[in-house]
Amino acid sequence: MASETTPIRARLRLPTHLLRPGGGGFGMVPMIASVVLALIVLAALFAPFITLHDPVQMSPAQRLKPPSAGFPLGTDAYGRDLMARVIYGARVSLIIGIGASICSVVIGLAIGLVSGFFRYADAVVMRIMDGLMAMPSVLLAIAIVSLVGPSIWTVMFAITIPEIPRVVRLVRSIVLAARDEPYVEAAIAAGTSLPRILWRHLMPNTFAPLSVQATYVCASAILTEAILSFLGAGVSTETPTWGNIMAEGRMYFLIKPELIFWPGLALSLCILSINLIGDAARDILDPRMARRKE
Amino acid sequence: MTSHSSPSVWMASIGAAVLSSVVAFGSPARAETTITAVMESGVRVTDPILTTAHITRDFAYMIYDTLLGMNSKFEVEPQMASVKISDDKLTYTFTLRDGLKWHDGSDVKPDDCVASLERWMKRDSGGQLIHDDMASLKVTGDKTFALTLKKPFAPALQILAKPSSLVPFMMPKKVAETPADQPIKGFDGSGPFKVVDFKPGVKVVFEKFKDYKPAPGKADWFAGGKVADVDKVVWETMPDSQTAINALMSGEIDFYQTPSYDLLPVLQANPELTVKVMDKTGSQFIGRMNFLYPPFNNKKLRQAALAAFDQKDFLDAAVGHPEYFQKCGATMGCGTPYGFADGSETLTHGGDMAKAKKLLKEGGYDGTPIVILQPTDNASITTQPLVAAQLLRKAGFKVKLEPMDWQSVVIRRASKAKPSEGGWNMFFTGWEIPEINTPLNNPMLNARGDQAWFGWPKDEKFEGLRKEFMDASDEAGRKAAAEKIQSYAMDDVLFVPLGQYTSPWAWSNKLSGIPDTPFPVFWGVSKKD
Amino acid sequence: MRGYITRRVLATIPVLLVVAVFVFLLLRLTPGDPAAIIAGDTATDAQIAAIRHNLGLDQPIVVQFALWVGQLLHGNLGTSILSGKTVASLIADRAPPTIWLATITMVLTIVVAVPMGVLAAWRHKTWVDHLIMSLSVLGFSVPVFVIGYLLIGLFAVDLHWFPVQGYTPPSQDFWAFLQKMILPAITLASIYVALIARMTRASLLDVLGEDYVRTARAKGIAERKVLFRHALRNAAIPVMTVIGTGFALLISGVVVTESVFNIPGLGRLTVDAIFSRDYPTIQALILLTSGIYIAVNLLIDLSYTLLDPRIRY
Repeated sequence: MASETTPIRARLRLPTHLLRPGGGGFGMVPMIASVVLALIVLAALFAPFITLHDPVQMSPAQRLKPPSAGFPLGTDAYGRDLMARVIYGARVSLIIGIGASICSVVIGLAIGLVSGFFRYADAVVMRIMDGLMAMPSVLLAIAIVSLVGPSIWTVMFAITIPEIPRVVRLVRSIVLAARDEPYVEAAIAAGTSLPRILWRHLMPNTFAPLSVQATYVCASAILTEAILSFLGAGVSTETPTWGNIMAEGRMYFLIKPELIFWPGLALSLCILSINLIGDAARDILDPRMARRKE
Repeated sequence: MTSHSSPSVWMASIGAAVLSSVVAFGSPARAETTITAVMESGVRVTDPILTTAHITRDFAYMIYDTLLGMNSKFEVEPQMASVKISDDKLTYTFTLRDGLKWHDGSDVKPDDCVASLERWMKRDSGGQLIHDDMASLKVTGDKTFALTLKKPFAPALQILAKPSSLVPFMMPKKVAETPADQPIKGFDGSGPFKVVDFKPGVKVVFEKFKDYKPAPGKADWFAGGKVADVDKVVWETMPDSQTAINALMSGEIDFYQTPSYDLLPVLQANPELTVKVMDKTGSQFIGRMNFLYPPFNNKKLRQAALAAFDQKDFLDAAVGHPEYFQKCGATMGCGTPYGFADGSETLTHGGDMAKAKKLLKEGGYDGTPIVILQPTDNASITTQPLVAAQLLRKAGFKVKLEPMDWQSVVIRRASKAKPSEGGWNMFFTGWEIPEINTPLNNPMLNARGDQAWFGWPKDEKFEGLRKEFMDASDEAGRKAAAEKIQSYAMDDVLFVPLGQYTSPWAWSNKLSGIPDTPFPVFWGVSKKD
Repeated sequence: MRGYITRRVLATIPVLLVVAVFVFLLLRLTPGDPAAIIAGDTATDAQIAAIRHNLGLDQPIVVQFALWVGQLLHGNLGTSILSGKTVASLIADRAPPTIWLATITMVLTIVVAVPMGVLAAWRHKTWVDHLIMSLSVLGFSVPVFVIGYLLIGLFAVDLHWFPVQGYTPPSQDFWAFLQKMILPAITLASIYVALIARMTRASLLDVLGEDYVRTARAKGIAERKVLFRHALRNAAIPVMTVIGTGFALLISGVVVTESVFNIPGLGRLTVDAIFSRDYPTIQALILLTSGIYIAVNLLIDLSYTLLDPRIRY
């Protein structure tokens, strides 16, 4: 048996060092992930130049056509170019992902700083955060989108709200730890103004963990958008997103699985890349993780 | 009950209920025939007099019966009762058939029917017309009751027999005495099936009502003998059409009402399935504008929009397969006695963009964006708003699509707010032809302002034409009035007919005898193992 | 200890109140009208208004809120606007499928994920580790419904190993129940396995770096013994935490899985209720799920004291 496993191991050992996450600096996997993500972002930015058709132009005569020179990935049920839709879909999905992560981090940072620093605000704020966190996020998001009416902005808002408490908790815990540090106590004793303490002394501590958190929020937001579309609470298909292309295409899964496959592949690759980059960033930034590398 | 102990009380009560349903043993399987069907949607509201939802009506036809039934030639036949009209055409005497029973075993009495009709007249627009001219409605014997009118009203029987919402279903007196705007409780009817299990939005289990005595004759639509051939019918709701198709192909369900047109080849290729259009009359897509706000409070601009529309574009996108659709400019549906198509030429012949642009200029369009409600989760009418937006933009309109789930459309279209503040300018839906085949039942052919259907057109002249139809003493007179109504409705753009289509149903070859009704019913259907 | 538990339990009351107020305001301050949905296609304004009045929706928001809280305190979850059934009976009806699905998924997850995590930590920095970690990232990078479709397409439609959809109560036909539960449970577990495997690995690696483990190793105690006796026991705490917080993830997965596999559970009930603006049902369900979330996390917090002798209150 041993003699049989050895060659397999040997063969598999070849790429092993390449796969090592953050083995020495930025490893191969995060590197590949960054390249993939960069390609997706570039495609989104230059969508008008690399697509052959308008992603919303319908031509009923061209419904559900297989791939051809004119339509490299074929067409959807309205005769729209699937490739154009997937590429334009990257725009909205990324806007929602990045938007939700920026919003939740900024709002969460503000609330977390205040909550961590002012004891009297803390109790109230944290009860509210606990309440928000207790509500099932996807159900909350469906409710918000369905009640307020779907648009990119409502979807982004609905995804952001449930993420805020997690950021607040993170920031608060960092602030609580930092405010007892001698340099912060010294600054308070020296009569440094409050905003300055928050801004100069406390906030920088949060940057590293927040940037890691932001990548995860971004990935989860893109995924949540897809789930919302699937459940019928997503953005109109006039604005293609990976989620709503799949949601619309699932009716045709038996005859044209590409309608789910291509946007699904783009979405999975994108999220996979973001998660891997997030993992790598955490490994580099988290000193506890560094020890595990030994 | 003290308040501090209460949360634990309801937790305990839920706990106990959950436990009992997890543990409870179901009845052992018997040799019985069961049809499992997936209908167009799940049954949630069960009162057919309260809501016009199709699924609620379909559900009600399973468990309730009607006094009269309409056959496939749109003729009225006796069902629970025979009717005799007096010579002065004022008194309608109904005589109940022998042996009619409610599901609880008691006899159907004339006072049950009187109470049921009274509740229905409060809600149904046709019923209100009868009520307006009614002198009395009372029990006249053990088996008889009489409806007396103040003046002759020829369409009365047609209205009483109509298979479109709201159908005058007969219910026991104690149920029918529920106020008309409150939901009824329970499912006690006298129809061929009875409800044995109801899980809102999930499933309904019907069981053959053993004591049902079918009317004489062969079933033809809603007339004749409604014979239940199977022991049970189960309606399952499947939120995902993909799941339903897979379930049908793997034999887990026997009947699927709404397979998507594009998937028909897959189903047709399966030798164990039948795919067929049973409802030859079909349905009609329509677009409706809001008459309260600019730009569509302006007749010229409504006409401009109409001129921009080409039915073929809509039908290609929504149905896609020519064998299932036909262009049709008749506001009351093609293939019906009043199916005139006057004034719809551009609609059915490629549209007229030049005319649209000209009318847009004449109407003085100021660039107010048109708010179109776009349902995202209702496959059959999710395409129309997209096509309309594209055509309207081509004509020079500004369009704002507001995507939302279908239920939100239902809520939003009832709003009279400004389009920019939560209202709307245009929405789309579909009607079964029997729901719109006369000027009396067609909700869009009604211009009584606030009393009218969503969109609220107000037009005395049009109402005059409707009165002409109602007062006509013979069919020729009604036809003449109906043709005028058609021309007027198209000229004023009361609504836009967007084409007629049929919907094939798919079922397992184990089933036989599927009737050619406008919507699926399960009497006369048998199943072999 | 008892005082601590009491304090923790009491602390959940304001949190539940926050949930109640938030959900209530969300429903009442946004446009939407269940009356219009009930009335249907041909309703006139007057008919809609009459139904609205009957439902008490024309009363001031504060009054409506007070009525609702009063009902809750009297053990009444309310009545569904649409079907007229009590919300408690709806929940009792729809809870078993969800409870079974969640339970089977959890068992499946723990059986698969914990060994995966242990293996990855034990074979740290080998191809085994990398393979397991890559698979786990993939697990939460693919939308649940895509996984569901792929499983259905392969195992139900092509291979006919399992039914496509549906739910049979185990009491009625246990075999059918099991067959119908397997694909949904695997679908739902895919995200969860990823999460828990990663967490198990990370916390094991943490513990393996601790001094007492190093000491144990230095003393020459067998590697397997070190792993199971010392390390795994301590690593259990963070894993428990993830199971608790992952509960939220489970719920979102349940909603989608129930739709794809047509399982009549609580997730679909909630989504249906949201779309049809069935206010009492939405309110009760979100409050209930939040309550369960809070209870699960509280129990996990409290169980730390049992698992970790170092934590004392």
